[in-house]
Amino acid sequence: MALLIKLAGGHIYDPTQNRQGEPGDLFIRDGLITSAPGTDAKFDQVYDLSGHIVMAGAVDIHTHIAGGNVNTARLLLPEQHRNHVARRLRTALDRATLPGSIDTDGEPVDHPFSNAKWSTTDTGYRYARMGYTTVVEPAMLPINALDVHLQMADIPILDTAALAILGNDDLLLRLMRAKASQSQINDYVAWTLHATRALGLKVINAGGANAFKSNARHFALDDIVPDYGVSSRQILQTLQTAVCQLGVPHPVHVHCNNLGIPGNVDTIVATMEAAQGLPMHLAHVQFYAYGNEGAKGFSSAAAQLLEAFNRHPNITMDVGQVLFGQTVTISGDVIAQYSRHADASPGKWVMWDAECEGSGGVVPYRYREASFVNTLQWAIGLELFLLAEAPERLFFTTDHPNGAPFTAYPELIRLLMDADYRQAYMARLNQEALAMTLLPNLKREFTLTEIATMTRSAAANLLGLHDRGHLAPGAIADIAVYDPQGCGVSIQMPDPFANRAKPDYRAMFADAALVFKNGRLMVRDGEVIARPAGHAQTIQPALDQRIERDIQNHFDRFYSLKLNNFKIEDVDISRDDHQRFQRVGLL
Amino acid sequence: MTEITEVPSPFCGIGTDDLSIQVDGATLKVIANGCAVNTPAFEQAIADATPRIAGQAVSLEAATTKAAELLRGTNQPVISGCATDVNGMRALLALADKSGAVVDNLNFNNARRNLLALQDSGWMNTTLAELKNRCDLLLVVGTDLEAFAPRFFEKYLWNEESMFLDNTANREIIYLGKAPSGNASTSPTGQNANVLPCADADLPDVTAVLSALVKGHLLHAQSVAGIAIADLQAIADKLKAADYGVILWGAAAMAFDQAELTVQTLCNIVKDLNQSGTRCSGFPLGGKEGDQTANQVCGWTTGYPARVNFARGYPEYDPYLNDTQALINNGEADALVWVQAFNSGALPPKADLPTIVIGRSGMKFEKEPDVFIPVGTPGIDHSGHAYRLDNVVAIRLKKLRDSGLPSTAAVLTAIEQAL
Repeated sequence: MALLIKLAGGHIYDPTQNRQGEPGDLFIRDGLITSAPGTDAKFDQVYDLSGHIVMAGAVDIHTHIAGGNVNTARLLLPEQHRNHVARRLRTALDRATLPGSIDTDGEPVDHPFSNAKWSTTDTGYRYARMGYTTVVEPAMLPINALDVHLQMADIPILDTAALAILGNDDLLLRLMRAKASQSQINDYVAWTLHATRALGLKVINAGGANAFKSNARHFALDDIVPDYGVSSRQILQTLQTAVCQLGVPHPVHVHCNNLGIPGNVDTIVATMEAAQGLPMHLAHVQFYAYGNEGAKGFSSAAAQLLEAFNRHPNITMDVGQVLFGQTVTISGDVIAQYSRHADASPGKWVMWDAECEGSGGVVPYRYREASFVNTLQWAIGLELFLLAEAPERLFFTTDHPNGAPFTAYPELIRLLMDADYRQAYMARLNQEALAMTLLPNLKREFTLTEIATMTRSAAANLLGLHDRGHLAPGAIADIAVYDPQGCGVSIQMPDPFANRAKPDYRAMFADAALVFKNGRLMVRDGEVIARPAGHAQTIQPALDQRIERDIQNHFDRFYSLKLNNFKIEDVDISRDDHQRFQRVGLL
Repeated sequence: MTEITEVPSPFCGIGTDDLSIQVDGATLKVIANGCAVNTPAFEQAIADATPRIAGQAVSLEAATTKAAELLRGTNQPVISGCATDVNGMRALLALADKSGAVVDNLNFNNARRNLLALQDSGWMNTTLAELKNRCDLLLVVGTDLEAFAPRFFEKYLWNEESMFLDNTANREIIYLGKAPSGNASTSPTGQNANVLPCADADLPDVTAVLSALVKGHLLHAQSVAGIAIADLQAIADKLKAADYGVILWGAAAMAFDQAELTVQTLCNIVKDLNQSGTRCSGFPLGGKEGDQTANQVCGWTTGYPARVNFARGYPEYDPYLNDTQALINNGEADALVWVQAFNSGALPPKADLPTIVIGRSGMKFEKEPDVFIPVGTPGIDHSGHAYRLDNVVAIRLKKLRDSGLPSTAAVLTAIEQAL
């Protein structure tokens, strides 16, 4: 493996170092970015990147890529991936005739399962091709953690992490009902993060899934969980306080109440107020930027949401953009999922109650261009992006696969960076819905620096992953290089704007020219050429081990397995846990 | 001699993990919390530990090399059984990918009844801990639950305490179809289950009537398959009145044509009850001998449950065409790999094909396979992971003894490397 690599003359976009496209060189030594090695240095490899765009590897803070709901969705929808396969390079003959299957070290690369759509391999490959190198599964029930880690270990190339879910588990609610101290709760949260090998904490419609089991069908911020006498607000604030006091870098990651309901902007604004000035991340907020005005009782409240966002610098948000086409919604918010099961398309769906910790729901859905509701959702997401004043607090997601599959990211980038393209696209959509939004009049175009902020520097920072998301010496050499002319298969798509000077950003971001992970070349011209295993990022806050007695007691009395058997071990077929898991520093 | 406690079982499917097992060299003895399913499966002695080619003892390397030789140049090998742990399935799928094989789990024809219902209309299901803490009414349809898992009632219904029931002995148990073979379903206070027996083949009619009654339809018939409509009406009323009713079925026991439609009827009854304003959940049995593990791992690796064909270089799912027995009957298969690490009594289907068996030590063949490689059992001879019947929980299997037997994953990986 090459020791010293030079990436020469690329246009470098690195918001952390305030580099905004000036041509420059980057150097990689032993998997890390290093400073210029001096004039007499001998390079093992030099890449001429003149005319290319260079960014850190992208980081996705919220994408459902592993776990019980994800696998259930796979098994529910065989017809969705049946038609998306292509013959892969399998035989020795194929290898000899197709040089793409030889990696930079001259080793043949086998690609098992790379054409199995929506498989773990496909997830790693498609993210890597777009220049993503770190992704976070945001919804890991503790009891499902082993399943999540087994699946994530089979995602090649990418580093992964998962957020553990609390807030609907009977143990927390029993502790709160018994007036447990905040420090006891903190210990329970810390124990959970350890036991599940998580990077942070997720709260999904706090108390709602628990209430659903007691036959509630709606659950708002001040509703009380049956049998427990605690409100959603109390649960949320208690867990937020725990995350803050434990020094977990990633703020509590919140899926609010009332997802998808017209008028729910009031809910998300009330949740911002409930955060009491402390850090809190609000997920896929497009689904909460809904008013209830107009003839159909459904309107955009993007401006109202952003006004509140601007008043709350402690809040970060990701958008959860909707894009058109077939997808499947998967969520631990069983109340929201159950309430829209009738919209399932195709008409089949799954709900499940999960081991006294939560619930889940899987509802396939097709977002349609002609639909008033879907066009409005699409426009609201774009309004949020284009009207927001602080790209460093607003993150780029589709809540994969809920708003759209992550493979639609390049399309979304183009919509944000190209006002002509956006305007032309709107002609295809429901005009009644568009007329209710500000979008047709928004001319803003995102810059490459803003894209790099949302998808790289701010994203890594939000997760506490300070070794990535930037290109300063010392960072791990996760690097994406894009060709404004496009490369790979995406440039073959017809494009009515081909005659302008502006690049086709969709083609550019769909197939990176080069992607390095830990300094090793993974993707060349949009094609994966190596598939090493990634690492899982974890956090290990300090705790008073005495909490384990309470947890042991709960397990012995009420659970379906022994506490000692509730551990994450040996998840990777070929590597030890100490190689698989990496520990991230506390605040 | 050592004693190992809190041993999880891969055999019963319900994730029992409280066994105590005494280990004396290679001899295991279940000394606490055994049952008719788990105890013999753990205690079975190691028989043969040496691989064979055409009945002759050979080295492991010779056996895996020979296996690769048999697979090389085949057009449609079939890797069947698929009874192993997560790593075993990972290696099995890699071998299937490389050799262009069909992957087919031995319980798939049973699981298919559930999967077809899932893939056509979906379901609302629950999991063991919820059942343990919330279920106040259990309707068992067409299956002898205690024969499936002898300790099911003891562990999940008659548990001392639950979070949401004042007295677990007050749970109501109703059987529809098969009657229970013992009295495990009798409550600790002596309350017997209410049993409404009918023949398996009558379950489609009986569940259709129950569905109609749950929907509130009026029926003119007075009885169906010997069961009074009034008795079924009483079940419908109880389901509507329950706080957390659960309808449990065992697809393996529904051995009649189009049983998937009966599964679907049950799933739709659950949906209708929820729609009418009460809570109710389904609970399908399964998880025996790695079947849930096979479907889960195949799910994330290929997108499909464990009946896929890699012959074209990508996975293709077909719940009928990729059936091992059908492929053998039609002369489509040209080699058979049988993987069964849990049960030495589960032998490969009869076929006049080059046959490789990766099996639990102690298999007795009517016809000696071309290659036999005895392997360790996950949860006895090596550690590993297995999925419980309710999917959400993967259990960590323990290594209990040093038998020297290789794991399924090690053997299949060696064959794949040799290809």
